[in-house]
Amino acid sequence: MWLSNVLIGTVRLLVGASPRWIGSAPTDAQRIYFANHSSHIDTVALWSALPPELRARTHPVAAADYWGKGRFKRYVALKALNAVLINRNRASPDDNPLSPLFETLDRGDSLIIFPEGTRQLQPLPGNFKSGLFHLAERYPQVELVPVYLENLHRCMPKGTFLPVPIVCTVRFGAPLQRIAGEDKQTFLNRARDAVIGAAQ
Amino acid sequence: MNPQEKFYWLIGGIACLLVAASLIGLILRRRASGEGALAVIDNLNARVRAWWAMVAIFTAAFVIGTNATIVMFAFISFFALREFITLTPTRPGDHRALSLAFFVVIPFQYWLIADHWYALFAIFIPVYAFLLLPSLTALAEDAENFLERTAKIQWGIMITVYCISHVPALLLLDIPGYKGQNALLLFYMVLVVQLSDVLQYVFGKLFGKTRIAPVISPSKTVEGFIGGAASATLIGAAMWWITPFTPLQSAGMAFVIVLMGFLGGLTLSAVKRSLGAKDWGTMIKGHGGMMDRMDSVSFAAPIFFHLTRYFFT
Repeated sequence: MWLSNVLIGTVRLLVGASPRWIGSAPTDAQRIYFANHSSHIDTVALWSALPPELRARTHPVAAADYWGKGRFKRYVALKALNAVLINRNRASPDDNPLSPLFETLDRGDSLIIFPEGTRQLQPLPGNFKSGLFHLAERYPQVELVPVYLENLHRCMPKGTFLPVPIVCTVRFGAPLQRIAGEDKQTFLNRARDAVIGAAQ
Repeated sequence: MNPQEKFYWLIGGIACLLVAASLIGLILRRRASGEGALAVIDNLNARVRAWWAMVAIFTAAFVIGTNATIVMFAFISFFALREFITLTPTRPGDHRALSLAFFVVIPFQYWLIADHWYALFAIFIPVYAFLLLPSLTALAEDAENFLERTAKIQWGIMITVYCISHVPALLLLDIPGYKGQNALLLFYMVLVVQLSDVLQYVFGKLFGKTRIAPVISPSKTVEGFIGGAASATLIGAAMWWITPFTPLQSAGMAFVIVLMGFLGGLTLSAVKRSLGAKDWGTMIKGHGGMMDRMDSVSFAAPIFFHLTRYFFT
């Protein structure tokens, strides 16, 4: 897809986005990559740090209320980035906002998610939302790989239009261990600490 | 010999040097034992491979033409400034000034070279960028470490954009009797500076004992400097046939280039260390970042440009 290559090329020119596999290796195991979120570039940066053959089967998760609006944004999200769109607000109480993600994981593909839900201004991640916990419970066989995106909060923070080129490395940590019976908050804190751990 | 032929002779000579370096690397790799020696030789071989790539890119830009050479140096400035700003602590208040530095100052500075507008080229960054970028930062109303922040950004732009842009600016010079050959002068400068770096490294590894500034740059030694500087000066003198200089003048110019290159490496090592880093980046395998290769060039280029302009135009 030509537009994917344009996006990846631009992001590499701006921030480099070279991968550093610290605790895991780029294998074709089914995975959920979860990362800190501080700029518009995060999704493409993480995605382009993956080898092309893994990239083809790895889908970033994007908010439908932003990326689903307008033909161009929708086209970029679905065609160029291979993204899965989810609703941040549920339409009805029975509606499970995670169901598009279940479909993707059931197909055997991998996901990229930003569990903070929104972009932060600081280098270290804030509190995680519960989606990651539910995915982890439902798919115990899928590896949960923490990723730290270094420096991107300086590149294009919330509220800016032009980026500043800054060298960013995409640091892949060791897959999160599963602990039976762990409650939601403990799990989410541990997941957040794993992202912070990949930063060091 | 016309300039074209001189250029092909040069490229041929450099290719021979690199073939020799690759062969030596191969032989050393076979003979080496012990972890320390292996690490040094692997790094050496990575450096030689990176040299092949750098020479290829450089040659391609030369063959395509003047504008391609200018654009190539604009990208070198871009990557060098990117490394500099990555290591420099900045705050959100600097964002606008930094964006402008990358997307306006760099293209404009290099456009001035393509446009042959020397008068503005010489003062655009030291006057206009120096005054206007901090004003923009002041409007962001963040006074914390304001002087440190703006000083660091200004240093970054001076070294990575202003100084490095003096390499392709050599194409601007109107040297009597040397029309249409300025690209060779550019080649001469880059070759002398880089050979001097390589030879100082080689002499340092072979004979280095007395360190010059162990705190700032542990690998720089008196023996390495003397051996490297003397041999690079001699090579520079022997290259007089591609320059507008006599052999003696060429030796003098080469010596200035070598000396400034050494000071550039030393001073930018101090900058790098004060920013808490060992290498500027990881862009060029075996060498570190773009600035690890361009540090000596950034000091040598403006002085060489100025001396040539003063005495030969």
